[in-house]
Amino acid sequence: MQRENHPAGPGRCQVDGSPQAAVGDWVWLNVADLQLLIDALRHDGRRVVGPQVADAAVVYRDLERAADLPRGWIDEQDGGHYRLRRDEAAGVFDHVVGPHSLKNFLFPARETIGRFLREDGTWRQLDDLPPEPPLAVIGVRACDLAGLAIQDRVFLGGESVDPGYRRRRESLFLVAVNCRRAAATCFCHSTGCGPAVSAGFDLALTERDGRFACEVGSERGAAVLATVSAATSLLACSHDEVSAARGQPAALEQAMHARQEEAGQPKPRSLNTEGIRDLLFDNLEHPRWEEVASRCLSCTNCTLVCPTCFCSSVGEVADLSGDAVERERHWASCFTLDHARMHGTSVRSSTASRYRQWLTHKLAGWIDQFGTSGCTGCGRCITWCPVGIDITEEVAAIRDTAGQKESPA
Amino acid sequence: MMPAVGCPAVVPTAPAGDPWRSHTVRIEGIVEEIPGVRTYDLRFLDEAVARGYRFAPGQFNMLHLPGIGEAAISISSDPADPARLAHTVRAVGNVTDALARLQPGETLMLRGPFGGPWPLADRTGRDIVLVAGGLGLASQRAAICELARQRSQYASVTVLHGAKEPAGLLYTCEYRAWQEAGLEVRSIVDGPPAGGGAAASPGWDGRVGLVTDLLEELTILSGQATVLCCGPDPMMTAVARTAIRRGVAAEEIFLSLERNMACAVRHCGLCQFGPVFVCQDGPVFPFAAIERFLAVAHL
Repeated sequence: MQRENHPAGPGRCQVDGSPQAAVGDWVWLNVADLQLLIDALRHDGRRVVGPQVADAAVVYRDLERAADLPRGWIDEQDGGHYRLRRDEAAGVFDHVVGPHSLKNFLFPARETIGRFLREDGTWRQLDDLPPEPPLAVIGVRACDLAGLAIQDRVFLGGESVDPGYRRRRESLFLVAVNCRRAAATCFCHSTGCGPAVSAGFDLALTERDGRFACEVGSERGAAVLATVSAATSLLACSHDEVSAARGQPAALEQAMHARQEEAGQPKPRSLNTEGIRDLLFDNLEHPRWEEVASRCLSCTNCTLVCPTCFCSSVGEVADLSGDAVERERHWASCFTLDHARMHGTSVRSSTASRYRQWLTHKLAGWIDQFGTSGCTGCGRCITWCPVGIDITEEVAAIRDTAGQKESPA
Repeated sequence: MMPAVGCPAVVPTAPAGDPWRSHTVRIEGIVEEIPGVRTYDLRFLDEAVARGYRFAPGQFNMLHLPGIGEAAISISSDPADPARLAHTVRAVGNVTDALARLQPGETLMLRGPFGGPWPLADRTGRDIVLVAGGLGLASQRAAICELARQRSQYASVTVLHGAKEPAGLLYTCEYRAWQEAGLEVRSIVDGPPAGGGAAASPGWDGRVGLVTDLLEELTILSGQATVLCCGPDPMMTAVARTAIRRGVAAEEIFLSLERNMACAVRHCGLCQFGPVFVCQDGPVFPFAAIERFLAVAHL
């Protein structure tokens, strides 16, 4: 995934015998070329997933036709608010982020982790688990890549490695997209996670005037582009075109920093992360936990849409005889009583204690555990909270009144 | 960033590879310790697994009953004989109730060992005080086995065991053997039931009170002592505070925590306690590392 800053000269990547695009090169893809890209990925046996409009949201789904990409759709997001709106001027990827993230595919909501058989009264574990095709995801944002890097630390970075996650991760092909706009709920500029895509992709697209400047991020990306270029000639981006493409997310980042609250408009979010670990661990008995608990429904939506939340529990699925059993891991949430259940009761019996667990884990405990914050600034937890609880607002409230103490009930 | 845990240099860990990989064990024997609490003597079916298995006192295994569920259970047998695993279990839930219905000869699945051990190896020459509340003694029995064998390496070894009632005292038939090995063993049961007389229970002529009462009376409790404690959180906090008041360093007080757990390898998130994962950062923690979090209710 090494990248070098040497854009190819004009014409370098045309199919007429000239060299193929290499890692670090930039080429132009037309909208029509997206279908060739999908075909090339599928041709290699991959399952291809991309953003599509379904159930009034942009979600990741299996993608066969480039025409199904959400061209001309804009998402309006605010606390507890998500609406899609047609905008004929909008490009293919001018929505921001929907409820899905890479987590839905790398760490699926349900997964078989082991199979067991009882024969002649003796249990044993079977070796085989169902194979899965390698996965390619198109339309991944900087915050999604950041979320992936965080989950990598959880499932691959410790003493124990999760075998299913590793299998899917190693074969994962990522077509990233640089955002051209930010929702009011987006605050990746303040977490250092975006909006510019900078590393960790195979191909990265920057939409410019109805076509895409495509940066090659890996050998695998170059190989897939070579398949595309066998079907159509691909023009290399010029130095100036690469600079302009690079400048686009940089300009968005500046604009996000300059955002001001305007009457009648959703409030633009940002998160002050300075000293946040100690701030939160020093305020475990702050009255704000009770205050937010009076609004929180403990519905688990924030943990479901969060690209990094990784808690899970394991269930047993037996056949009728009881002799063949599958163990199924499924997502768990710290907002449920079951999460901290012990000897028939829950350690975290109040909503205040459960919200505190979620927020302090995400922004403080994570730093101890994995050397990184668990928050990418994607804003999904704000948008998909039915009552619009805002993680940035909760942190700001504690920061403003740090030191107050009141034990949660 | 991680709170330092005082572990010996080499800690047996579950084999690398799939953390969900488990091994078949057969129940060789079942001992009813006290009402509702049984000790299961387990052996691996696979000889190679049995030969390769090692554990240290304080570590735990995940016991899996396919179709029922899995539970984290301390290893309660002698680490010198690791192919022969004892687990003392109270029937209090789905998995442990189903385990209580199993008979010798039946099989279940086991994966482990997991977690860090009691810090015995680098504490030779010190006064070792084990304090257990109720079933907490099960997590210390492996340490007691080891300390009994290596008694001469320590200045003193004391076991303080408290329970709600005399019937809650564990491993009482082993007290004599522990004492013969040079361990000091004292037990106590909770105060008299409401409306009752001075005795907590008919037929009980031992001490009545809290395990901290025994700790207060311990003359060897000083800066030379290391306290290893397992029991309910409030009991462990009380033990730690008593020990600190008596001159024991907060870094020399070790508590074994218990939390909900599904994976035992820092992946499922269920066992979080403040910034730590009880499964792999613990379950044994220096009091100094977790004191501020123990003080917060419902954490």
